[in-house]
Amino acid sequence: AASSLAVKRTALTGQRGFASEAAAAGLGPSFKLSEDQEAYQELARRFTAENIIPAARHHDETMEYPWKIIKDAHAAGLVNTHIPEEYGGAGLSLLEGALVTEELAYGCSGIQTAIEANGLAEAPLLVAGSHELKQKYLGRMTEEPLVASYCVTEPGAGSDVANITTKAEKKGDKWILNGTKMWITNGGHANWFFVLAKTDPTQKANKSMTGFIVDGDSAGIIRGRKEINMGQRCSDTRMITFENVEVPEENVIGKPGDGFKIAMGAFDITRPLIAAGATGVASRALSEAATYAHERKTMGRPIIQHQAIAFTLADMAVRVEASRNLTWRAAATKDAGERNSYFASVAKVFASNSAVRNADEGLSILGGAGYNTEYPLEKLYRDSKIFEIYEGPTQIQKLIISRFIEQRFKP
Amino acid sequence: MRPTLVNNLRVLVPVKRTIDYAVKIRVASDGKGVDTNVKHAMNPFDEIAVEEAVRLREKHKDAITKITAVSAGPAKTADVLRTALAMGADDAIHVEIPDNSLGGPLEPLGVSKILKAVIDKENEKEEIGLIIMGKQAIDDDASQTGQMLAAILDWPQATFASKMEFKGKLEKGEKVQVTREVDGGLAVVETSLPFVLTTDLRLNEPRYASLPNIMKAKKKPFQKLTLKDLGLEDAAKPRLETIKVQEPPKREGGAKVESVDELVSKLKEAGRI
Repeated sequence: AASSLAVKRTALTGQRGFASEAAAAGLGPSFKLSEDQEAYQELARRFTAENIIPAARHHDETMEYPWKIIKDAHAAGLVNTHIPEEYGGAGLSLLEGALVTEELAYGCSGIQTAIEANGLAEAPLLVAGSHELKQKYLGRMTEEPLVASYCVTEPGAGSDVANITTKAEKKGDKWILNGTKMWITNGGHANWFFVLAKTDPTQKANKSMTGFIVDGDSAGIIRGRKEINMGQRCSDTRMITFENVEVPEENVIGKPGDGFKIAMGAFDITRPLIAAGATGVASRALSEAATYAHERKTMGRPIIQHQAIAFTLADMAVRVEASRNLTWRAAATKDAGERNSYFASVAKVFASNSAVRNADEGLSILGGAGYNTEYPLEKLYRDSKIFEIYEGPTQIQKLIISRFIEQRFKP
Repeated sequence: MRPTLVNNLRVLVPVKRTIDYAVKIRVASDGKGVDTNVKHAMNPFDEIAVEEAVRLREKHKDAITKITAVSAGPAKTADVLRTALAMGADDAIHVEIPDNSLGGPLEPLGVSKILKAVIDKENEKEEIGLIIMGKQAIDDDASQTGQMLAAILDWPQATFASKMEFKGKLEKGEKVQVTREVDGGLAVVETSLPFVLTTDLRLNEPRYASLPNIMKAKKKPFQKLTLKDLGLEDAAKPRLETIKVQEPPKREGGAKVESVDELVSKLKEAGRI
């Protein structure tokens, strides 16, 4: 029933979480949320209005890690939403997770990223972890407000995952990890890390790497200083060095050699959520700019009545709606048990670009005030750019999309 | 009717589905009401009522056997009952009244009659000993239902409550002190169970219905009744007729002044000072 471009079925996720009961019953597309989904969205919206929006400026200025908000969000059930009920989680579908993420990002994408990084670290476990590993590492995330990190990128390898140099060597019943990871979200606070390392450099990428769970308190982990970035400044980003770190055999995710596939498979889950976060930023930029355009007068009338401004707002609205729909499509495809890599990349390209453009155009609508730190647009402008970079930059997404097109139209 | 056992209190929390307070209301094109095709939510004062019931149980663990949320209205009213269940109510009763079936809006008197009938019906199973409800609904702003219900039941009422304290056990005849918000400040009254409490804004801060609790709410008992079940087909009909609903008069745009002197002189000109 899905698009001809992505019909290959996988057994990575269950069959929950269609956009509506009508869609679940096979009655065709529906954009109506279920009663529960509306309640999750409402909860996230209210949590954001009361806890994130009032604190966002403080955390941006001080770069203080938002521990209190993470703890409160955990208590409200808004963190780790996709951990299955079996391991103490809510077991939300990807679409439902996307609803929550968009609302959190509307408040502050720095705080949302800190929360979302858990989802990224947990995704490889969901893709290929053993029952025992899930019970141990996902279970603790639901019991306590902890954070975890996904360690793939290195100083010399980001988009080209195949070229990572962190090594893991088998010694007896343990693996010994050596190498350096860079730009690791939640790196300074993570209770455990997902680490992708080379285990057999002689093999091709899809057989040369292995994924590990590494306890945060293992000897030999050196957490670097907090990196100071232009945006999402309260999110914690660090270099993490592994020096002869011992990892027990049972902490290997899936089979040795399958790491690359597992790390890539995780993106099918997390990329729609990045698109959801970007949609939240794009949507915030629209509402801030539109509100301001009603208040601000030039040439004797509110600027929203100037057609140049009105058209800009219309463009921004189009981007928000399209981003949201692409995000839902990517998420619902995964929830239906179908491979969503194509839709996930399409959604990420469009939504991240929408976030950047809406922040830019929204800032212009606010004029001088937009450039000022007392108004929310300049923060959105700084925060938005990362969406085009992390979890696969736009260029890599286009590469993925183009490969699907190449396959699809092969004569 | 079964007698209330010691330490066996059932609390009833009536809740109303109203237009969300954040929505900017517009008068409907027919001039008979407002546009209701907008986001709805639980009346904010009713959220405070649910919260108070839940807190009461948290404080007096075993004294409350059940918190029952009740609401009357169209099918979508079920949403606010589910919110109440997610916040901590144990079961819900929905008196379903299809849209436009009454020939006008449900009035506070109709609601209090419905609540009385529900209480009579429920008392056959387990007696209700305390009613906690909002002081007013933000849509009709009536602030009448709690008082009318207390009158029909012939129970004491403690309205506009900002604090409720049980001196001893939570049971029939035990004294309870309620601090009420009155025009000049606060008034403290004393009464005993059973009684009707209506909540004011400062009573508490309602909690979130957390995500796991939203999921659990679906599994809680949910009873559906009709006006026919309660024998109230006619009694709930409106007694008042709305002739017209219109926008408030538009205020003229103001002006900004440059200095305090100018402000004072303008106010003098206008005869305000």
